[in-house]
Amino acid sequence: MTDKINIAIYWGAGCGGCDVALLDIDEKILGLGEMANIVFWPIAVDGKTKDVEAMPDKSIVATLYNGAIRNSENEHMAKLLRQKSLLMVSFGSCACYGGIPGLGNVTNRKGIMDLVYTQLPTSDNVEKVFPQIITHTKDGEIDLPEMYDTVKTLDQCIDVDYYMPGCPPTTNLINEFLGVVEKHVKEGAPLPPKGAMIASNKTLCDECKRKKSVKKLDHIYSPHEIAIDQEKCMLEQGIICLGSSTRAGCGAKCLEGNQPCRGCMGPTAEVLDQGGSMLSALASVLKVDDKEALLNENDIAELMAQVKDPLGTFYCYTLPKSIIKRKVTERKPFKKEA
Amino acid sequence: MSSDQAVHAEPKAAESGEFEPKLIVFCCNWCSYAGADLAGVSRLQMPTNFRVIRTMCSARVDPEFVLRAFANGADGVLILGCHPADCHYIGGNYRTRRRIALLRVLLEQYGFNPDRLRLEWVSASEGQKFQKTIKEFNEVVKEMGPNPINDE
Repeated sequence: MTDKINIAIYWGAGCGGCDVALLDIDEKILGLGEMANIVFWPIAVDGKTKDVEAMPDKSIVATLYNGAIRNSENEHMAKLLRQKSLLMVSFGSCACYGGIPGLGNVTNRKGIMDLVYTQLPTSDNVEKVFPQIITHTKDGEIDLPEMYDTVKTLDQCIDVDYYMPGCPPTTNLINEFLGVVEKHVKEGAPLPPKGAMIASNKTLCDECKRKKSVKKLDHIYSPHEIAIDQEKCMLEQGIICLGSSTRAGCGAKCLEGNQPCRGCMGPTAEVLDQGGSMLSALASVLKVDDKEALLNENDIAELMAQVKDPLGTFYCYTLPKSIIKRKVTERKPFKKEA
Repeated sequence: MSSDQAVHAEPKAAESGEFEPKLIVFCCNWCSYAGADLAGVSRLQMPTNFRVIRTMCSARVDPEFVLRAFANGADGVLILGCHPADCHYIGGNYRTRRRIALLRVLLEQYGFNPDRLRLEWVSASEGQKFQKTIKEFNEVVKEMGPNPINDE
């Protein structure tokens, strides 16, 4: 079985959904088994870090790394797997853009630890016990990975060859990629250029089958507040849908399920900042009419206040990969806007 | 512009060692840039620590430009456009006004003082308003201190 290639799959700061998505490709997973030896996949097969350390460098053809980098273990494993692999695939939104864990960048380690271990209504931590990196016990030292203040994407930590966004990447994207690798292994077909994004280069609106007319919305609603028309463009119904600033490739599955796009595929190729792009689009169409000239600055501010949480809405999956990347702290406190 | 020239063009830090903010000023081609020009040819005195970037319309200033300015260490960003109802493209400045309003909310969520971003209307005949706006904004940003992104 020497003609099989070696593949590794690893998870950093993620939820495990990406691993499940790989299993979701149905019978194609058998094809993967025929083509490749899975040498490391903590969620599915037994394997230890020392096994990976013992492998020769570049002996793994491709590593699919899902999850963001938010602690020392994530970083160590990413660097180790990079050393052992020919191709590193940033698999899923967390690895590509930080994903949902990336929203941790609105605070820091202390903020998260304090909240989780002392401030939650359900926490009963009278002794104020916090996880320690090193704990001394009578049987010796035990250690935990060090959590970082800032969540990073995989490519902010190591060199990445391919990107496959999605929360999780959809079956068609995974199959497309495995097909390319299979052709390369069996027939010697060329691989995509380094840095390739395994997704579409268009925006999601291109894939979305809903009827689109004039982009104009009078009021912003949450999806639960109105009966959503199955046929009509989400944004035109007043629901914030990030489709217009999100990369296509997922097949607009959320829209098919009558839910707005939240942007897990990240920005399109021409844009650096998905949130900035959506902010610009939404602000321009929100309740536009011929009375624009009569509005004053306060009216505009009031109108924009309808967007309750711009950061959380526009950067739901991409905060660590955005231009600003994380929350900052002004040296001088300022008066909050009303 | 070569990198040598770019370094040469760097405004000199105040000799007393006090904080001198780095300001980015986006001017629309039709009104504000002409206004800035008028301020210049009229020899109106103002601080020199700002850099003007000319865009065809204030609405050309993508929120991404502003975010990039802050990410690269700008202490304040000023966007100048035509007065309402005076836009060369009829409604560009109305779009700008909306985007900047929302962008200020976003900047505040990022932890920035939203007053680091300001929108003003300066017409081609308002050289004095250009001078006044720069002077005032410079004072406001000076009071705030340096862009916190450099602290991280």
